[in-house]
Amino acid sequence: MTVTTRSESKSQKRNGTAALLDFLSKWGTILTILILLAFFSITMPPFRSAANIVTILRSISIVTVIAIGITVSLTVDGFDLSVGSVATFADTLVISMFVWYDLGTPAAIIITLVVTLIVAVVNSFLIVKLRIFDLLATLATMFIFEGVALTYTGGGSISEGMPRLDGTPTFGDIESGFRLIGQSPYIIVIMLVIVAVVHVFLNYTKHGRYLYVVGGNQEAARLSGIPVNRYRTLAYFLSTFLAAIGGIMLGARIGSSQVNAGAGFLMPAVAAAFIGYSVAGIKKPNAIGTLIGAVLVGILENGLIMMSVPYYSLNIVKGVVLAVALAITYYRKAR
Amino acid sequence: MQNISIEFPGVKALTNVDFQVESGTIHALIGANGAGKSTLMKILGGAYNHYSGTIKFDGIEVEMRSPADAKKLGVAVVYQEVDTALIPYLSVAENIMLDVLVNEMGKKQLVKWKDIRASAREYLQRVNLKLDVRTLAQDLSLADKQRVLVARALAGHSRFLILDEPTAPLSQTETEELFGLMRDLAQNQNVGIVFISHRLPEIFEVCETVTILRDGQVVTEQPVNALTQKQVIEYMLGRRFDETYPKAEAEIGKTLFEVKNLYEADGAVRDVSLYVRSGEIVGVTGLVGAGKTELCKTIFGALPIGSGELLLRGRPLKITSPNAAVRQGIALVPEERRKEGIFVEEPVYINLTASSLDDFCGTLDLVNSKAERETARKVIDDLKIRTPSENQKLAFLSGGNQQKVAVGKWLITDAEVYIFDEPTKGVDVGAKHEIFELIGQLACEGKGIIYASSEIPEIMGISDRTYVMYDQTIATELQTAKTSEEEILFFSAGGK
Repeated sequence: MTVTTRSESKSQKRNGTAALLDFLSKWGTILTILILLAFFSITMPPFRSAANIVTILRSISIVTVIAIGITVSLTVDGFDLSVGSVATFADTLVISMFVWYDLGTPAAIIITLVVTLIVAVVNSFLIVKLRIFDLLATLATMFIFEGVALTYTGGGSISEGMPRLDGTPTFGDIESGFRLIGQSPYIIVIMLVIVAVVHVFLNYTKHGRYLYVVGGNQEAARLSGIPVNRYRTLAYFLSTFLAAIGGIMLGARIGSSQVNAGAGFLMPAVAAAFIGYSVAGIKKPNAIGTLIGAVLVGILENGLIMMSVPYYSLNIVKGVVLAVALAITYYRKAR
Repeated sequence: MQNISIEFPGVKALTNVDFQVESGTIHALIGANGAGKSTLMKILGGAYNHYSGTIKFDGIEVEMRSPADAKKLGVAVVYQEVDTALIPYLSVAENIMLDVLVNEMGKKQLVKWKDIRASAREYLQRVNLKLDVRTLAQDLSLADKQRVLVARALAGHSRFLILDEPTAPLSQTETEELFGLMRDLAQNQNVGIVFISHRLPEIFEVCETVTILRDGQVVTEQPVNALTQKQVIEYMLGRRFDETYPKAEAEIGKTLFEVKNLYEADGAVRDVSLYVRSGEIVGVTGLVGAGKTELCKTIFGALPIGSGELLLRGRPLKITSPNAAVRQGIALVPEERRKEGIFVEEPVYINLTASSLDDFCGTLDLVNSKAERETARKVIDDLKIRTPSENQKLAFLSGGNQQKVAVGKWLITDAEVYIFDEPTKGVDVGAKHEIFELIGQLACEGKGIIYASSEIPEIMGISDRTYVMYDQTIATELQTAKTSEEEILFFSAGGK
């Protein structure tokens, strides 16, 4: 209703180009997805067979879950850069629980989720208590926990049957039930459930409302009696928690722990979250927008790989997409 | 200055103002809030380029359209917020010589530190400040920062200094020292000084001539010793357009809320005791900077309480944060509405329920959107908030309607004590009237109301009893029916 009343009153004053711009900023993302799909299908017949909705969703599921974490941190006008390292840390922990300590799936997952929350504790301490600017605080923790994960493994990777760096042989194996988490359809279901739950949480619960309100005007929220610091802390706990789930999904998918495995997810996740801002003209960080943003990034990546763009050049494209998403968000904010 | 006029969209801020200062004298510029002091001062500082009228300097007509013009002519303004003019992480020397460094370097690229420091030391001496010029500006006290700014003005060859409420943040001794400096500059260094202050005793102490503004016009210009404090106040108030105050006849009951010996942790409020009875509207007035806003915020837990007691119905309250205050039945409508009271990017209904969302939550803290919107619509009707629907983004509402939303938020919480801090600021006459009606209604429901405002006519119109603040504490308590605007202004200005 808001949207219609406003666009009516505006369109009287504005000319056609402005209206077109308005339309593009709202629906441009979805339009771009359709254009990309059409383009890749026409130019590359193999894309058509590979690019069914299931493959696309599977390929973006980990990015999406991590991006949802960033989205939650964005709701309080924060920014969690440490999610990539959290994913690495969670991947390392969960695989080590299997390979080094021979634990079962539930125990491995629970221990991993609990231990990674240390990152959230540090983040919220730096940001809420010490009042360090979000971006810088999480930049620091990004490096800290990248290092923690590496130190924990002794600077290497972990996989089944591989001895530890000091030569101790390992006997644990990764349970097949755990590996299922990384397979389609389960990995897609997990992602969709997370998107749905976070969507409901942000839009239909008191807590989601407060997160947005705190992000909109922190001082006004404080003077409205909202415990601002508690909600900012909550946002960082949720972003870490979601990134850790992303890391566990990653571990299940690749069946091992690799050096800095999560780092590569940071940029597409940030891009997805910011593309999500503008989808349907919501102009706020939101879960469904983030999912659509991740789809866009995923299609682009898959299509380009198929066009045999070398993997080492992909970052150029991803970086450009991020820049465009940011440009749309901030250009509109400025006016 | 002759015939100076300036208009802003919708307001004529100054009309045909004549103002003159001689070098070597101290000239006071006073007026009530909104009389046009700051506007006049900003024109002198070159901040506006759309004034009409003429400005003469040594009898020659000049243009004063930009800060650079003002600087060239040797007019410098020391604004109240000294921190905005200093660069905190540069040394005192660099701050003093900033204009020189920026404007007089010419083609030279290298800074001669020795020369810079030597001249900075010289100017520091002229303002009688003993400091190492390498100290960083951020490490100085407020009083010293002011002096550094004065030194900068001297370094820029200023012949006229405009001091905007320089004494507001200073202690008694610091104020005395500043006056000493002002006299020295005027008498021995032939600098003309325009002194703006709300504190009447200071004007009588240090100034020779006074110009009084009211509603954008000069009412009088006279030698200070030809006037009494009382006359000055009369000139400042003049005859005012009488606004009507809807006075709801609320029954005043027992003491509802009490504040005992309240101190703010950093001394922004000192030793304040007051009480509010149910159904009573208690005014808190005083000049800008007297501590009204700080008092409101301290009671509400938005500023840290140093010591003191707060009692509601005789029971002590434990207020550690605004969140705690809200849960214990206290509401605050803050002064800086856009910054502190509303969420402009959110729709009206989200703004209205921001403090009472708990009441609309069911299982799993899911918000009952239907009940929430219904309540929002009721408040919109009750307060006559002009909006197409409860879904309208707040940014598209007018200032008065935004203010009503900021008030409406607290009606839903059903608090017991309502604190209003300058609720009519930036609100048109019609909306003002409605806000007064609303406050009257709250009183009729037996709530306790604290109404803080520096608009004395409002306090006279709406309050039952009023406290006057001066210098972060309560100067006196007055029965509104038995006092006058003159008396309130007398106490506000530090009279005893």
